[in-house]
Amino acid sequence: MNDMTPTREQREAKLEGMGCKRKRVEDIRFTQGKGNYVDDVKLPGMLHGDFVRSPHAHARVKSINSEEALKVPGVLAVITAETLKTVNLAWMPTLAGDVQMVLADGKVLFQNQEVAFVVATDRYAADDGINKVVVEYEALPVLVDPFKAMDADAPVLREDLAGKTTGAHGPRKHHNHVFEWTVGDKDLTDAAFKKADVTIKEMISYHRTHPSPLETCQCVCSFDKIKGELTIWGTFQAPHVIRTVVALIAKIPEHKIHVIAPDIGGGFGNKVGAYPGYICAAVASIVTGKPVKWVEDRIENLTATSFARDYHMTTEIAATKEGKVTGLRVHVLADHGAFDACADPSKWPAGFFNIVTGSYDFPTAHLAVDGIYTNKAPGGVAYRCSFRVTEAAYCIERGMDILAQKLGMDPAELRLKNFIKPEQFPYHSALGWEYDSGDYHTAMRKMMESVDYAGLRKEQAEKRAAFKRGETREIMGLGVSFFTEIVGAGPSKNCDILGIAMFDSCEIRMHPTGAGIARVGSKSQGQGHETTWAQIIATEIGIPSDDIMIEEGNTDTAPYGLGTYGSRSTPVAGAAIAMAARKIKAKAQMIAAYKLEVHEGDLEWDIDGFRVKGLPEKTMSMKDICWAAYNSVPPGMEPGLEAVSYYDPPNMTYPFGAYICVMNIDVDTGVYKVRRFYALDDCGTRINPMIIEGQVHGGLTEAFAIAMGQEIRYDDEGNVVTGSFMDFFMPTAVETPHWETDFTVTPSPHHPIGAKGVGESPNVGGVPAFSNAVNDAFSFLGSTHIQMPHDYWRNWKAAKNLGVFA
Amino acid sequence: MIPGPFSYHRPVTLADAVKLLSTLGDDARPLAGGHSLVPMMKLRLATPEHLVDLHGIDALKGIRRDGTRIVIGAMTTQHDLLASDEIARSLPILHETALLIADPQVRYRGTIGGNVANGDPGNDMPALMMTLGASYRLEGPGGARDLPASDFYQGAYFTALEPGEILTSISVPAAAAGHGYAYEKLKRKIGDYATAAAAVVLTMAGGKVATCTIGLTNLNETPLLATDAAKIVIGTSLDEATLKKAAAAAEAIMSPASDARGPAEYRKHVGGIMVTRALTRAAARAS
Ligand SMILES: Cc1cc2nc3c(=O)[nH]c(=O)nc-3n(C[C@H](O)[C@H](O)[C@H](O)COP(=O)(O)OP(=O)(O)OC[C@H]3O[C@@H](n4cnc5c(N)ncnc54)[C@H](O)[C@@H]3O)c2cc1C
Repeated sequence: MNDMTPTREQREAKLEGMGCKRKRVEDIRFTQGKGNYVDDVKLPGMLHGDFVRSPHAHARVKSINSEEALKVPGVLAVITAETLKTVNLAWMPTLAGDVQMVLADGKVLFQNQEVAFVVATDRYAADDGINKVVVEYEALPVLVDPFKAMDADAPVLREDLAGKTTGAHGPRKHHNHVFEWTVGDKDLTDAAFKKADVTIKEMISYHRTHPSPLETCQCVCSFDKIKGELTIWGTFQAPHVIRTVVALIAKIPEHKIHVIAPDIGGGFGNKVGAYPGYICAAVASIVTGKPVKWVEDRIENLTATSFARDYHMTTEIAATKEGKVTGLRVHVLADHGAFDACADPSKWPAGFFNIVTGSYDFPTAHLAVDGIYTNKAPGGVAYRCSFRVTEAAYCIERGMDILAQKLGMDPAELRLKNFIKPEQFPYHSALGWEYDSGDYHTAMRKMMESVDYAGLRKEQAEKRAAFKRGETREIMGLGVSFFTEIVGAGPSKNCDILGIAMFDSCEIRMHPTGAGIARVGSKSQGQGHETTWAQIIATEIGIPSDDIMIEEGNTDTAPYGLGTYGSRSTPVAGAAIAMAARKIKAKAQMIAAYKLEVHEGDLEWDIDGFRVKGLPEKTMSMKDICWAAYNSVPPGMEPGLEAVSYYDPPNMTYPFGAYICVMNIDVDTGVYKVRRFYALDDCGTRINPMIIEGQVHGGLTEAFAIAMGQEIRYDDEGNVVTGSFMDFFMPTAVETPHWETDFTVTPSPHHPIGAKGVGESPNVGGVPAFSNAVNDAFSFLGSTHIQMPHDYWRNWKAAKNLGVFA
Repeated sequence: MIPGPFSYHRPVTLADAVKLLSTLGDDARPLAGGHSLVPMMKLRLATPEHLVDLHGIDALKGIRRDGTRIVIGAMTTQHDLLASDEIARSLPILHETALLIADPQVRYRGTIGGNVANGDPGNDMPALMMTLGASYRLEGPGGARDLPASDFYQGAYFTALEPGEILTSISVPAAAAGHGYAYEKLKRKIGDYATAAAAVVLTMAGGKVATCTIGLTNLNETPLLATDAAKIVIGTSLDEATLKKAAAAAEAIMSPASDARGPAEYRKHVGGIMVTRALTRAAARAS
C-alpha cells in the first residue's frame, strides 16, 4: 500500500452516507432564489383563474349573474356549478369518502366557499371580474358551535345527504352527523372505571388551526386538445394520488394525465387533498384550450383550504391510588366543517387517533369519535403529524398531567411508573396497535438529568411561595411531554387511499461511470429528500451521495408512490430506497464475482466495493462494477444496473421522545416567556443528524405557534376572525424560543435501515409540552385544565378566573 | 389580494402634488411608503383611482433643527428616524417608538407623514406626537396651516386633512433637558400593532414628578392624551398607590375594540399596565 491509498475512514467519509451531517443539496438553489415553484411556471397564452367566494357562512344562493363580469376587459369566462354540471363535476369526492361542492350548488356552507371561477388573461382582470359577479344570497341560520351540531333543532347543513342514514363510515345519527367510530373494549373499560381508586374526567379541546405553508396551494392546468392530454403542475404532496383522482373523476385515461409537483414551499398536510381550484383550473383549460393558473392568496389559504385539528376530547383516566393507570376512556367530538375532507387513509375516519393510549401500559381502553358538520371550512388534515396523532398525544399528555395533579404526584414520576417497559416490545396496545420498539425510561431519565428536573421543581416551589407572599407577579411552569408517534402509513393490511395500498417506491439507475439517478414516489416539500435519499443509497452501495441524483414529483418518471405526509417518507419510501439499492448490490456482487473469478459467496462487502474474503487486495469497487455492468456481465445476465422496489411495510414505526418546556408567565399581562425548551427525539437510525435537527426546530416552532396562539377562530355568524398573518399567529425569529435538541437511538426492528421518521414528532410532542407548561404554572392556584391556545389575553383571563386580581 | 385599477402620478414639486390632488378630487390619494395604503388597496377596502406618489418631492424629506424645535419632513422614513443623531439626541422617545414599529422592511418604506396622516388608531406615532406637543404643517390649494397633533384626529381614519391637502412636515419641540421618557407597547409579535401602548414624557424635581404627559395608542378610535392620569402623578414620587390611581384614570378614558388581540376588558387592563410601566421607566430615566 502506498501513501496515496485512502484509509477506510477516508473512503467512508467520501461517501457522505448515513449518519453524516451532509449539507442540503437543494439549498444551493433555494438560497439563491433559483427554486422552481408552481408560480414560476409560465406558459405561452396562460390564463388566470380566481374565485368569487361567499361572504356568508350559510346561505341559499338565489342567483349568480355574470353579465357585468364578462364585460370586464380580459375576462373570458365565468364558471359556476351549472357549467360544471355539464361535465358532471359540480361535486367531487373527498379522500374521506364524502362529497364536496366544487362550486356552490344551490347553497353555501362556509364563509369564503368557492361560488364562481372567473377566468381572465391576467390576475388583475380576474380580480376585477370577481368584483362584478353579482350573487344573490338568502342567509340561513349558522351552526358554529360543534356542541350544538346534534341538537334536534340544529339547522340542516347538508341537504344533499337528506335521508341518508349511512355514510362512508357507517350509520349517521343526525342530519349533521358524519360518522361514529369506536375502538376498544367498552365493558372491560367500564369495569376498570368502576373499580378505580381514582379517576379524572376533563373535556380537552384541541382548537382549529391551519398548516399555513408559506407557499399557498396552487396549480397550472394545461389541456392539449389534439393529444387529449392534461398536464398539471401543482403543489402536491402526493402527485400520483392526484393523477389517479383526476383520472377517476375527469374520466381522462390515466396515461394521458401528467402531474408534476415542482419545488414545494412547505406542505404540512395542507397539500395532500384535492381542492376546487384544481378542478376549476382543469375544466377552464379544457373549455378555453389554454393553460390556466390558479394561485391562492393567504386569506384564501387560511379560510378555505384544509384546516387541522378541531377535536374536542372528553378524557377519562382510571388509576390506582399508587398511580398505576387501569383504564382510558375518550369521547371525541370531531368538527369537520361543511364537508368531511380529512386526508386520512380511507378506512380511518379519525386517523390513528387510537394511538391515544400513548406511551403508557393501559390494560384497557375505549374510544368513540363522533364526526359532525358545521358551517366552517372543510378539512381535518394532519398538520405536520401522522393522522390525528397530535390530537391523541395532546389528549393523553394533558390527561396524565391532570391525573398526576389529582394524585398529588410529580407528572414525570407518574409517567415513569406507567411507561411500557423495554421488554414489553413489540407491545400490543389496548386499542389495537403493535408498537415496534422503544425504551421510554432511558429517554425520560436522560431528559430529566439534562435539564436538572429536580432543581427546576425546587425553583418552582420557591417561586410559588414568593408569589403567594406577593413578592412576584410571575408564575413558573414545567411542561413535561412524553409522546409516542405512529408513522409510516402504511401496511396494505390496514392502509389504503381510495383503494390504493399505501406502499412506496424507488427506482435506481446506475450509469456506466458510476453515477446514478434514483426516482422516488415520495415528494419533498422542504424535508431535504434530495440530500438524505442519496445518503441511504451511498451507504448501501458505496457510491458517494454527490454522485446520486434524486428526482421526485413527476408522475411520468417517478414510480407510483403515495407521497409525503404522516412522516411516511423515511419509513416507507426510505425502505424502498434501501431495498432497491440492495437489489443493485446483489447484481453488482454477481458481476464482481465474475470479474474477480471467484464465487459470489467468496466476496464480502467493504465500504465502497467487494473484496475477496482472505485476499484483501483483490477488490472491485462499485464504480468499476457500474462500468462492467455495461460491457462484461456474466454470460446469461442482462446488461445494465437498475432496480425498482415497491415497499409494503410490515408495520408502522413508533418514534418517541421526551420534551420539557420551562416557562414563566406574568399574570398581570398574560405575557409568557419560554425560558428553556429541551427536546429529546428517538427516531431510530439517524440518516442525517443536521436535517433531523432542522426538522425538530421547524416542528417545535409550529408547536409553539399552535399552543400559544395560532388558531382559526370563527365568530357567532361564522366569520373567520383570524384570516391573515396579522391575527393568525405565525411566529418570527424574535418570538421563537431557543431549542435544545438531544436524542437516543432505538432502531425499528422491521425497517431495512432501522429508521422511524422524525419530521412530525416535534409538532406532536411539542404542543403538549407548551400547554402542560402553562397548565402546570397555573395549577397551584387551583386550576386543572385551561384550554389552548394560550395567548396573552387568555393567560390573563385564566389568572383572573383563578382570583389573582381579587 | 389584488388592487383595483388605478393610475399613478409622480409629481416632483409640492405645488404639482397639491394641484393633482385638488383637481383629481376624492378619487385621488397621496402615496407615501404604501405600507398602510397598499394593503388596504389589495383587500379593496380602499379603491383610489389615482395615486399621487410623494417620493419625487425632495422638499418633503429630511430632519432639521429649527431653534428649539425639530422639523421632520413627511417623507422621512422610520428608518431615517432611527439613523438620525438629531433624533437620538433631542427626541430619544421617537427613536424608541420607531424601533417598535413593525420590522426593518416596513421601517425602510413607511414614513412618519404616512403614519400620522393615516388616522389608523393602531399607528404608534400619533399618540406620541400628541404627547410631545407636535404640530403638523398642512399644505393645500388654500395655502399652508399648522395644526396641533392633538386637534388632528377625529375618528378612525378621519382626520382634519382637507381635500387636496398634504401633510408636509411635523414640528416637535425638543424635549426638556433631563426629561424622562418611555414608550411601552404590548404586542403579540413582531409586525403586530399594539394591543395597548402608552407614551410618557416627564420631568422630575426633587424626587417628585414636575411635568408629565401621557399618550395612549390603540385604546380608542383616536389616539388619546390621558390628562387626568398625568395630573394625578404630578407632585408625587410615583408610589404604588399613585400609579394605581393613574392607571385607573387612564383606563377610564379607554374604549378599545374587542379583537383577536383580546377582549376590550383585557386591552384596557393592559393599557393601564402600560401606563404604569411607562411612568416608572420614564421616572428612572429622568435626571
Ligand atoms: C406588517 C406591518 C406592520 C405594521 N405595524 C405597525 C405598527 O406596529 N405601528 C405603526 O405605527 N405602524 C405599523 N405599520 C404601518 C406602517 O408604519 C406604515 O408605513 C404607516 O402607517 C404609513 O406610512 P406609509 O408611509 O407607509 O403611508 P401610506 O401607506 O403610503 O399612506 C397611509 C395613508 O396616509 C396618506 N398619506 C400618506 N402620506 C401623506 C401625507 N404626507 N399627507 C397626507 N396624507 C398622506 C395616504 O394617502 C394613506 O391614506 C405596519 C405596517 C405593516 C405592513
